[in-house]
Amino acid sequence: MADPPVAVIPPGEPALLEYVGSREAAQLAEIRDSYGLWIDGAWTAPRSGRFFPTVNPATEETLSRAAEAGEEDAAAAVEAARRAYDKVWGRMAPKERSKFLFRIARMVQERSRELAVLETLDGGKPIKESRDFDIPAAAAHFFHYAGWADKLEYAFPGLDHRPLGVAGQIIPWNFPLLMLAWKVAPALAAGNAVVLKPAETTPLTALAFAELTEEAGLPPGVFNVVTGGGEAGAAVAGHPGVDKVAFTGSTAVGKEIGARLAGSGKRLTLELGGKAPHVIFDDAPVDQAVEGVVNGIFFNQGHVCCAGSRLLVQESVYEPFLARLKRRLGTLRVGDPLDKNTDIGAINSREQLDKIGGLVESGVEEGAELYQPACALPERGFWFPPTLFTGVSLSHRIALEEIFGPVLSIMTFRTPDEAVEKANNTPYGLSAGVWTNKGSRILWMADRLRAGVVWANTFNKFDPASPFGGFRESGFGREGGRHGLLPYVRGGGGL
Amino acid sequence: MLTLLPPTALPVLGPAPTAAAIRSFLGAVPPVDETGAEERAAALAARSVKRESKRRALLLAVRMCDLTTLEGKDTPGKVRQLAAKAIRPDPTDPGIPSVAALCVYPVLVPHAAGALAGSGVATAAVAAYFPSGQAPRAARVEEAARAAEQGADEIDMVINRGAFLSGDFPAVYEEITAVKQAAGEAHLKVILETGELVTYDNVRRAAMLAMAAGADFVKTSTGKVSPAATRPATLVMLEAIRDFHDLTGRMVGMKPAGGIRTAKDAIGYLVLLSETLGAAWMTPARFRFGASSLLNDLLMQLRRLRDGRYQSPDYFSKD
Repeated sequence: MADPPVAVIPPGEPALLEYVGSREAAQLAEIRDSYGLWIDGAWTAPRSGRFFPTVNPATEETLSRAAEAGEEDAAAAVEAARRAYDKVWGRMAPKERSKFLFRIARMVQERSRELAVLETLDGGKPIKESRDFDIPAAAAHFFHYAGWADKLEYAFPGLDHRPLGVAGQIIPWNFPLLMLAWKVAPALAAGNAVVLKPAETTPLTALAFAELTEEAGLPPGVFNVVTGGGEAGAAVAGHPGVDKVAFTGSTAVGKEIGARLAGSGKRLTLELGGKAPHVIFDDAPVDQAVEGVVNGIFFNQGHVCCAGSRLLVQESVYEPFLARLKRRLGTLRVGDPLDKNTDIGAINSREQLDKIGGLVESGVEEGAELYQPACALPERGFWFPPTLFTGVSLSHRIALEEIFGPVLSIMTFRTPDEAVEKANNTPYGLSAGVWTNKGSRILWMADRLRAGVVWANTFNKFDPASPFGGFRESGFGREGGRHGLLPYVRGGGGL
Repeated sequence: MLTLLPPTALPVLGPAPTAAAIRSFLGAVPPVDETGAEERAAALAARSVKRESKRRALLLAVRMCDLTTLEGKDTPGKVRQLAAKAIRPDPTDPGIPSVAALCVYPVLVPHAAGALAGSGVATAAVAAYFPSGQAPRAARVEEAARAAEQGADEIDMVINRGAFLSGDFPAVYEEITAVKQAAGEAHLKVILETGELVTYDNVRRAAMLAMAAGADFVKTSTGKVSPAATRPATLVMLEAIRDFHDLTGRMVGMKPAGGIRTAKDAIGYLVLLSETLGAAWMTPARFRFGASSLLNDLLMQLRRLRDGRYQSPDYFSKD
């Protein structure tokens, strides 16, 4: 071209696409100053008169105060559930129960935006996760079990599919509404009444759900919520009127409950901790594997019992894989959980933050090498940057203990046998991941990995129709699918 | 003229590689898991770009447009009209920049180059028997050479998909290098036609092959085959570009083309680009949109951000 170029607009320095001001509105969630206990279809003051604060972990501001339930409160809830079971719910025609569950499922969907904001405010998880995963998955579980409610005789031909009575359910703080759905939906579908004890740091969505059941016209007493800490949980699990206890939480508490309930005649299922191996072979689809590893350990800040927290990489591809992983870590966005573009939110509580910090310190002391990408963390609130440990040996605490945070311990292996040996070298057995382009190796590995779930070329996939649960110190019993109904019918047998 | 990188042909394979060398080079390209790639592309599509960041993204997208007309009924008159639009997309708003290039058939290159002279907008020609590429190599090379001679700053060539799918990778490689040589100073964009390659494994290998053979840009599609550009295919190509940069230090550009019609779509592609290749690629020198109707939607969205309301499409020129 002959003429000199005319600059129409200065091109400017190339810069990353910025995502400014894309925050979900906190006021979408209505939060009351305080909440009583939801017993027999009504808000009830706790006998103790005590309330505890629930805090937004991203700001440390108190969101609300929830009632602290004691033994008497738990007893009142169990009695209400028993009455509702005896007089209404246990006798109701299954197809009528089914209608209630479908209605609840639809209402969770209709109020999904509000529930997502509430979940994020109370628990610190990114809004994109509560919006795209927690709440839709919770609704899906209610839909799934709504469908089973009037088909129990087909679900378990030849088994006694009558309900057990009253289920006492204790859920954790990592997926508050989803864990509620995992437990409450199958229990109600099978005809049981429920007393639910949500986690101390995240009671708000369970309380909002209580209101929702009232709007859905669920008969009083069928679903009860008692909030509080360990004492409230022990009171629910220990009450003689409870026929079935379902607990999701730490292995230590799970063992305690197991010991306490032994010989009581109560049914028990436990979904406990994990230290999942994530195995990367040299022929893995590498970019998707990096994505899977990131999703496996940083989803929900690593507050996931099935998190892929032990990465096992074949030695021949270790260096390039690590380089790719580190590069990917640099693009993770840590910060305000209400920002729609946040990838990693706040750590759920100061207590958990301290626990993560302590374990990471032990990793450094024991000689593992720490890597954290440069990332600015907010001043207030509970935060922990995405963290990798290399040079980890099997005897390090960070390779053995569940951290329940955004911390990945990386080790290597040379042969498939060694991968299996290292992967199984844990008292846990909840989940595992395998990445390879070779189908036969996937099957070979799945056969040998001792884990309730083995994901192949993916990680953290859940479906209401698919059973989930662990081996060994990760617990027993399955949630999800037809298997998830079994613990709630008389013929379910076993524990 | 836009600052384009100096055209280079640094061959990762060495000059005149043997067929065995080409095969082993492609054999080392990592496989792609279809589900995972699509999931990642969908996750990035959920990014929320609003207000000021949206305005900046829209302006960048305008500057990255290869305004395109590739119809049998194209005339010099139509090309002149489009050239005016390429230079000044929105006459009512001097803040709206020119697009990157006007993309036409070879026979219209003189008209485009004449109308664009001095404007800073490049003339791009689809060449080498676009869109099928089904012609003898000499004819394809000759067409590209002539387009460059007549004033095309950029040549968009299609690969020989038949040869690629039959496993004749050396043939594909040689054709690209031949066209590259014929194109001289013109920048070479190599169209993979991902809709015909079908699998992401093929897309990734073809992208690596094209880059090794000297492509300055890799481009998804001709726009004549469905599906044209998709986000997952673009993601896979961006990842190949990143790998190629790791391998050789050379920064190859990317051009998704065909089927990108809305500003929202375009921003989605910019998210993929930003989070996969980073800031260095966020420039028209390294990223283009091949599109005909996208520009008007970008202009509509920009005007909405300026005035706070949508205008009727009647206020935006069709050509």
